[in-house]
Amino acid sequence: MINAMIIDEKDNVAVVIEPVKKGDTVSYVDKNKKTISFTAVEDVQIYHKIAIKDIPADAPIVKYGEHIGHAARDIKQGEHVHEHNVKSVRENLG
Amino acid sequence: MKFWGYKRPDGRVGIRNYVLILPASVCASDTTRIVASQVNGAVTFNNQNGCSQVPPDQQFTMDVEAGYAANPNVYGTVVVSLGCENCQMDLVVKAIQERTNKPLKQVIIQEEGGTLKAIDKAVRYAKEMVQEASMMRREECDMSKLIVGTECGGSDPTSGLAANPTIGELSDRLVDLGATSILSETTEFIGAEHILARRGKDEKVKEQILGIVHRYEHALQLVGEEVREGNPSPGNKAGGLTTLEEKSLGCIHKGGHRTIQAVYDYGKQIDTTGLVIMDTPGNDPSSVAGMVAGGCQVVVFSTGRGTPTGNPLVPVIKITGNKLTFQKMEDNIDYDASPVIYGKKTMGEQGDELLAMTMEVVNGKQSKAESLGYTEMAIARVCNYV
Repeated sequence: MINAMIIDEKDNVAVVIEPVKKGDTVSYVDKNKKTISFTAVEDVQIYHKIAIKDIPADAPIVKYGEHIGHAARDIKQGEHVHEHNVKSVRENLG
Repeated sequence: MKFWGYKRPDGRVGIRNYVLILPASVCASDTTRIVASQVNGAVTFNNQNGCSQVPPDQQFTMDVEAGYAANPNVYGTVVVSLGCENCQMDLVVKAIQERTNKPLKQVIIQEEGGTLKAIDKAVRYAKEMVQEASMMRREECDMSKLIVGTECGGSDPTSGLAANPTIGELSDRLVDLGATSILSETTEFIGAEHILARRGKDEKVKEQILGIVHRYEHALQLVGEEVREGNPSPGNKAGGLTTLEEKSLGCIHKGGHRTIQAVYDYGKQIDTTGLVIMDTPGNDPSSVAGMVAGGCQVVVFSTGRGTPTGNPLVPVIKITGNKLTFQKMEDNIDYDASPVIYGKKTMGEQGDELLAMTMEVVNGKQSKAESLGYTEMAIARVCNYV
């Protein structure tokens, strides 16, 4: 069952479209209509972000195909991505 | 791809064929309402401005008045003024003539000798003009003549997830077909202006993008408003938004992915093709009015909560990413963008569908806001009245 979505193919986070519990299977459809699934490692509220792959510390968090911040620490696939593990970084033009 | 439109003598192309009864100021607005109600095919709006305004505000009003008269959906214009307002008839006429050579008539209430004589004259002008306009036929026109405005209002979490990205897909398609797409609402760029600026075609455009954001922030600071502070708000954060960049990206995604060709001040004439930005407020009717004054013939508008809003001159197409809002307000909302959230359609498929729907409206089909007669509008301001 589909319970998450990604907006851009470059994104490394998905948005859950219903509340997700630790251990739930999270599934989204990619742009080729292929269903991709992984396991939530913690609870995630509706419309919050979840890592669809491991994101190392300081790597960009990508949503809308753009950098919305950087990982404040290593983030594992299936972890909730929000203020507690994202730092806001003002990037320079270029 | 081509579209069917009305060719105007100034070289532009309308997708509707109205006669505009243009109030030069608030003091002429009831008169234009009465005139327009008498003449089938005439439109007007309630102009709250046009007098007692500081120079930058009067400029906004003049640009909207001239831009409305020049909008290609208008066959010709009857300007009605009171006589003593700051937006004097000769100034309004000059501003219109700098933009277009379409039919233009003038009525000054104080010179005609009051309401009934002014209405008599204006109705006769308008009646003749709608009869001339009714002889026009649609012709096949190049997509380079089409300007589409984008807007969002009454947003909810689905706006950033589905509706705005779908409009972004539409914007990309329009640009690839040679048309023009306008990204508006400067207040919503704040926090992502560096990301947006990166997409400017050259240094000048990049600086203009940063410039309009900083100018807007400065204008708000003058009245003690700090946009970046406390944003995203606690409510935004509870809703899953982590950074201001993320919040603003949800809004600016209406502009798709193409290179930004130019930046226009509020209400100025759009004179290039491709993706462009106009400096407008987040307030919906005044943002839409700025783009209509810039010459856009149709607006695509995303709404999570649902809004009926329209415009006197251009069809407004509503789209929502919220399935429940679409079900509840289907009378008002044209396109349901929610299937992408549930994996039933791709963003690309929705972009194709929204393009097809937009082209139907361009070619003559009424949007829902249009069919229900919604025509509200407002003109942006930076200051109180004098």
